[in-house]
Amino acid sequence: MTALPQRTDRKLGLVIDLDTCVGCHACVVSCKGWNTENYGAPLSDIDAYGAQPVGTFLNRVHSYEIQPQEGGCSQTVHFPKSCLHCEDAPCVTVCPTGASYKRAEDGIVLVNEDACIGCGLCAWACPYGARELDQAAGVMKKCTLCVDRIYNENLPEDDRVPACVRTCPAGARHFGDLGDPESAVSQLVARRGGFDLMPEQGTKPVNKYLPPRPKDRLAAPPALAPIPDRDASGFFAWLDRALEKI
Amino acid sequence: MHPAPSVIIFTVLSGAGFGYLAFLGLGLAATGWLAFWQFALAFAMAVGGLVSSTFHLGNPQRALLAFTQWRTSWLSREGWAAVASLLLMAAYAIGAIFFAKVLRPLGLAGATISIGTVFITSMIYAQMKTVPRWNSWLTPVYFIACALSAGSLLSGLRGPACLFLVALGVVQIICWMSGDGRFANRGHDMNSATGLSGRIRLFESPHSGTNYLMQEFGFEVARRHAAKLRVICIALISAIPALILLAGNYPALTGPAFVLHLTGTFVSRWLFFAEAGHVVQLFYGRQTA
Repeated sequence: MTALPQRTDRKLGLVIDLDTCVGCHACVVSCKGWNTENYGAPLSDIDAYGAQPVGTFLNRVHSYEIQPQEGGCSQTVHFPKSCLHCEDAPCVTVCPTGASYKRAEDGIVLVNEDACIGCGLCAWACPYGARELDQAAGVMKKCTLCVDRIYNENLPEDDRVPACVRTCPAGARHFGDLGDPESAVSQLVARRGGFDLMPEQGTKPVNKYLPPRPKDRLAAPPALAPIPDRDASGFFAWLDRALEKI
Repeated sequence: MHPAPSVIIFTVLSGAGFGYLAFLGLGLAATGWLAFWQFALAFAMAVGGLVSSTFHLGNPQRALLAFTQWRTSWLSREGWAAVASLLLMAAYAIGAIFFAKVLRPLGLAGATISIGTVFITSMIYAQMKTVPRWNSWLTPVYFIACALSAGSLLSGLRGPACLFLVALGVVQIICWMSGDGRFANRGHDMNSATGLSGRIRLFESPHSGTNYLMQEFGFEVARRHAAKLRVICIALISAIPALILLAGNYPALTGPAFVLHLTGTFVSRWLFFAEAGHVVQLFYGRQTA
């Protein structure tokens, strides 16, 4: 089971637009909300109201400051990160029990929690920090791409996307089949130059990130340049001459 | 990486135990009561280590499932190899202890699989591309050198033990020297992690507290202490036991030499985990340089 499928019929995944993400963490909250009460064990919080709260999340937003190489203003980039559902997922092959698997039909990487012994090896193998061992249940938790929403015919059609995509107020998250070059997400990636995270690890992530556009550079003269001399008249002309003579 | 005591105890004790079993299997086992104590020590270390490894599991009651994925998973293969070598060596031990019979072919097979088990254990770590310090052919060499040193030392083979101890010292130093720069040499930095260009710093962490990832992968050991521990490690794991053996043929000193060597192996293994950096730290603002 932990052998990776030769190929998957579809490559479902996310496209995350770093240009439009505003870093509101709504995707983090909606992800936790949906996934704590649906697929598998709840996403526990330990010492939630104490001094050292720790909890399990499947999606987290980092914020970075970039100083462009060519100078100019620095830029803040909000960076949501969850499982990238890699084609060559190292987390799957290391699993000793067969709990971790990649689905041949749509490429989603899932954990069968009934078979997970909580050894943590898959989290070690993941370069992206996409897997977290739940401290209460002792099983590995990860993004399911909301597998219990996207095929769920009990939900209105609008809602059959991952919770993070549905909730994003900035439209920074897109869901679709990245294996189909005609799909909206594939075209978005092609148009905007979508890229992989840590490509040197050879994981071939399905999820893509769209780069932030560089900030505008101001063309106007610097605001604090000296005010040019102008011809004075009247009282100021007299004062000017008088001061010159001292 | 977080230096979890259960995993350190597992790799150190099992490594020494399987190393000793390998030498016993090569025909160095006695017969009768002496053989009983030899095998008791070897099995206690090998099995004790394996039992310790289950303490870090979230759901150890399902541990038997770990035998199912031997085709892809080194951890699963380790389970098989460990059970196979323990069973073969148990049969061999019964022959030696109760029937005063040393079954040569059985012993050789057991010895081979015992060293194979140590190799497979090392591959659990060596396969991790995410931890550049481990991801090298030197990791199996280091684990096997530890096992052979412990095994030959306990078997009372002064010559080979000296050789293996010195070789282990050299391998250990090479591991440190080549491991220190491997993270940066692989080209992992915050730019490759995030795909962003320019100079990057973590402006705001995704969470104000800690989390599983930071506890598991965020462990940093102070360089000052690491340097001191490396000196202590080389002295205990290799230099002092080798000097004790070179001082002359004093069988009474085998025990103390082994205890020193094993203590050194614990220091070495603590450093193996504590000094290993995981690439996920880059997302949390670790600079490689």
